[in-house]
Amino acid sequence: MDKEFIKQYIPLYSEAALLTVKIGFLGIAAAIIIGLVCETIVYFKIPVLRRIVSVYIELSRNTPLLIQLFFIYYGLPKIGIRTDAQMCGIAGLAFLGGSYMAEAFRSGVEAIDVIQEESAYSLGLSKLQTVRYVLLPQAISISAPALIANVIFLLKETSVFSAISLMDLMFTAKDLIGLYYNTTESLFLLVVFYLLILLPVSVIGSLIERRLRHAGYGV
Amino acid sequence: MSRVILEISHLHKVFDTNTVIEDLSLTVHEGEVVVIIGPSGCGKSTLLRCINALETIQGGEIKLHGNTVSKNSKDLHEIRQKIGMVFQNYELFPHMTVLDNVMLAPMKAQGRKKSEVREEALALLKRVGLESKADSYPRQLSGGQKQRTAIVRALCMHPEILLFDEVTAALDPQMVREVLEVILDLANAGKTMLVVTHEMQFARAVADRIVFFDDGQIIEQAAPDEFFDHPKTDKAKQFLNTFTFERDRSTTNRA
Repeated sequence: MDKEFIKQYIPLYSEAALLTVKIGFLGIAAAIIIGLVCETIVYFKIPVLRRIVSVYIELSRNTPLLIQLFFIYYGLPKIGIRTDAQMCGIAGLAFLGGSYMAEAFRSGVEAIDVIQEESAYSLGLSKLQTVRYVLLPQAISISAPALIANVIFLLKETSVFSAISLMDLMFTAKDLIGLYYNTTESLFLLVVFYLLILLPVSVIGSLIERRLRHAGYGV
Repeated sequence: MSRVILEISHLHKVFDTNTVIEDLSLTVHEGEVVVIIGPSGCGKSTLLRCINALETIQGGEIKLHGNTVSKNSKDLHEIRQKIGMVFQNYELFPHMTVLDNVMLAPMKAQGRKKSEVREEALALLKRVGLESKADSYPRQLSGGQKQRTAIVRALCMHPEILLFDEVTAALDPQMVREVLEVILDLANAGKTMLVVTHEMQFARAVADRIVFFDDGQIIEQAAPDEFFDHPKTDKAKQFLNTFTFERDRSTTNRA
């Protein structure tokens, strides 16, 4: 392995990693918000919107991210919506992740016994207060493992962003291989940087899961 | 007689095609302890759930202090604050400490001040012998402790009537007493209560009036001594007989 090559391109990879983390973070944050909104609509059985949510979830879960990105990146400008590659990446990740997050929240809410809700109502709490203080905290702790798995999955999915010429990790590696044929070194750096991003997420995720359980969450 | 707290008139409750409660009328006065007994599945729990509007009703009317209780009432959650409900399986909130379980509704639903609620919650917990458990989570408590917490949680809302839905049915026998003593204590303090139970001795001790319920109807109601000693209807006699176990020595062939 060419150590000099590796040393030389660490800064470039670092920059790409930052971009990956930035887009990943924003996309995932948006996905969590979309997921919460979707689950709220489903939970309150809001007419019309509920239909839209279920169409969205099926559409988002059953199409590959790459196709979704192409649609946003090449399709939207055709109907006059201009966006840059980064926005597209964030939007694509949010579009894909929103449905996964919504389903994770739903599984958490559905795992809570109906009588917990009735118990809250019988104390005179309103529907909103019941969701806020009784259902949501329990749902989040029940769905924590699924939510964390989704975060890791979505971070990995960012590797397809290279297809819309975002200078992320994957793009950088492919670029260097194309330029210098240093396949081993480029891929080595790629793996190392992905691990550098994902391992801490995974460790922090397990800590959060354990903490939620230790706080007496869940039954 | 003292003023009427709860007035149920001609209540009708149907699940699909199955009539659970038929033309039931019942009045509970202030300070009165009414105990409902009857065979399993006769609609006792459903009746309590109707009073709290956890079930929709198909006919009749339920009034608390003259205010109609129904799933469509606009001020339903305000009416519910006046009705304390204790469930068979406690239904504490598992993600909150005992103290937070008790304080949640007074603070959020009634908008009372934290310091005041906290003081009252701790005093009530002390009254049922749980002051040392205030910071424990429900999973760290025994069944009896959970149920006492649930009673305190209902009490802290200052309800005008307390509904107890077979609150000892899920408990180990040795824990039944500690819960029943709390309820007895509340009865002596003059709380208005509607109690569904299978504990006959307790029913006799706590009740001002026994209501015997079967097939969704009130079959018989009377003062406890009168009901247990001289039941009038055959159904009530039959029901009470299922609780007596006497060995018939005359036919037992003992070598």
